[in-house]
Amino acid sequence: MIELKGAGYSYGGGDILGGIDLTLSPGSFHFLTGPSGAGKTTLLKLCYGDLKPSAGVVELFGRDSRSMGRDTLATLRQSIGVVHQDCRFLDHLPIRENLALPLTVTGRNVAAAAESLEQLIAWVGLSHRAHARPPELSGGERQRAALARAIIMDPDVIIADEPTGNIDWEMSQRLLTLLAELNRLGKTILVATHDLALIRAAKAQVSARVLRLAGGRIQAAGSDL
Amino acid sequence: MRAAAEQMGAVLALIIGDRQADRVVPPTGFTVWLTVLTSAAMAFLAVFALALTLATGRLAERWSDSLAQAMTIRISAPAEQRQAQTDAVLAILEATPGVASASALDASEQAALLEPWLGPDLPLDRLPLPRLVEVVGEDLDAQGLRLRLAAEVPGAVLDDHTRWRAPLVEAAGRLRLLGWVALLLITATLGAMVTLGAQAALSANSEVIRVLRLVGARDAYVARAFTRRFTLRALTGAAGGTVLGMIAIAALPSAEAAGGFLTGLAFSGAGWLLPLLIPLICAGVAFAATRHAALRALVRFQ
Repeated sequence: MIELKGAGYSYGGGDILGGIDLTLSPGSFHFLTGPSGAGKTTLLKLCYGDLKPSAGVVELFGRDSRSMGRDTLATLRQSIGVVHQDCRFLDHLPIRENLALPLTVTGRNVAAAAESLEQLIAWVGLSHRAHARPPELSGGERQRAALARAIIMDPDVIIADEPTGNIDWEMSQRLLTLLAELNRLGKTILVATHDLALIRAAKAQVSARVLRLAGGRIQAAGSDL
Repeated sequence: MRAAAEQMGAVLALIIGDRQADRVVPPTGFTVWLTVLTSAAMAFLAVFALALTLATGRLAERWSDSLAQAMTIRISAPAEQRQAQTDAVLAILEATPGVASASALDASEQAALLEPWLGPDLPLDRLPLPRLVEVVGEDLDAQGLRLRLAAEVPGAVLDDHTRWRAPLVEAAGRLRLLGWVALLLITATLGAMVTLGAQAALSANSEVIRVLRLVGARDAYVARAFTRRFTLRALTGAAGGTVLGMIAIAALPSAEAAGGFLTGLAFSGAGWLLPLLIPLICAGVAFAATRHAALRALVRFQ
């Protein structure tokens, strides 16, 4: 599905990542952990095509990301849902329209998908906040909304970058439960986090592989910590 | 071929519009007014430049036609022979093909011609003034007539106005060219201003563009969202500017009343429809400028 073969990324003359070999197979759940500045976000960006490797190969659904055109990449993003730590909403639109944004930009009929949209909003527990604007939401609500937007196109892969970075433990647990549910539905999940307690808590819900990134390389990988 | 099809698709999408897509880009205050006001001002100026271009065109044509059709014969002869030579000239003209009318100016008409320079109390009878014969015709053989007059009426000199007609017609032609240049400059300035406005809007909305790309928007979609907005603003501003310009032109004193060149700037007949093209051209320029700016700017975003 997503495969990195000796992938590396350099910026400003320095190597941020090097020799990364990683396969995200269908239905797998991966945690990516490591200290700040280890290159977690860069690795995630390679996985959803936001960056192209300066060494090695990154294959997204069997296609080399380096030779991908901009339109192809845009189409591919419909199969990869991304949740950012800062959520990245359009603040002038209500949450409902923000969640429908992937439908809107790909020319889907939002009105026809209204029922699914309402179900999704209810699933992440935001029915009462659907008409609020993003700045009016709490950190946890924003993260759940970001997760809803990431899965509205029914992607095969969900990538989350520090999704629990700005929210309390209870909200983190709720978000983790949603991710575990999606994994049980067959979605491939990759979550970057430095929150080891979250990873330990996840063990009770999913079978996750943990990747530790340090010095620009995956230094340890295992089924638990 | 593919580029042309894409361009056509972009124009169609622009016309059809998409209410959802229109909401994706947040309204940004100053670029809205910058684009609307610039388009209005440029359209206002374009109406005057167009009026000037059309008026100079008409003027050049009028001067060229009237001067080409009119000639003057000057008869310088001793007083006792002057009338006889005038009669001889008129007789020759009567037999000359292409002459529509020929008449000798009488004393009062000659006095009227000289009055602006020499005053009203001109003692014409005491001045050795030549007689003037005004000839109007079409396709006259000036050279043949000149030779015949030289042979039969030695005191008669034909002036076909060539010496001063050419510079006048050339001046009017240059004015018309200047009018077109002014229109081109106005169009280019509008394009540059809209490009600057679009670039400012794209920079101000870089986070919006990042989000749109992240959720799967193609470049064409993002470009269309900005292009449609700027095109409609330019169309609105230019329509307002054009209407104001046309009102100003219509309010000019009529040419017949004052008789001057500048008062003849008003459009005539179907010419009043031409300024209505200005808003469409402004919208077209805004469309091309914004689309170009947007597609160039989007390359920065993955």
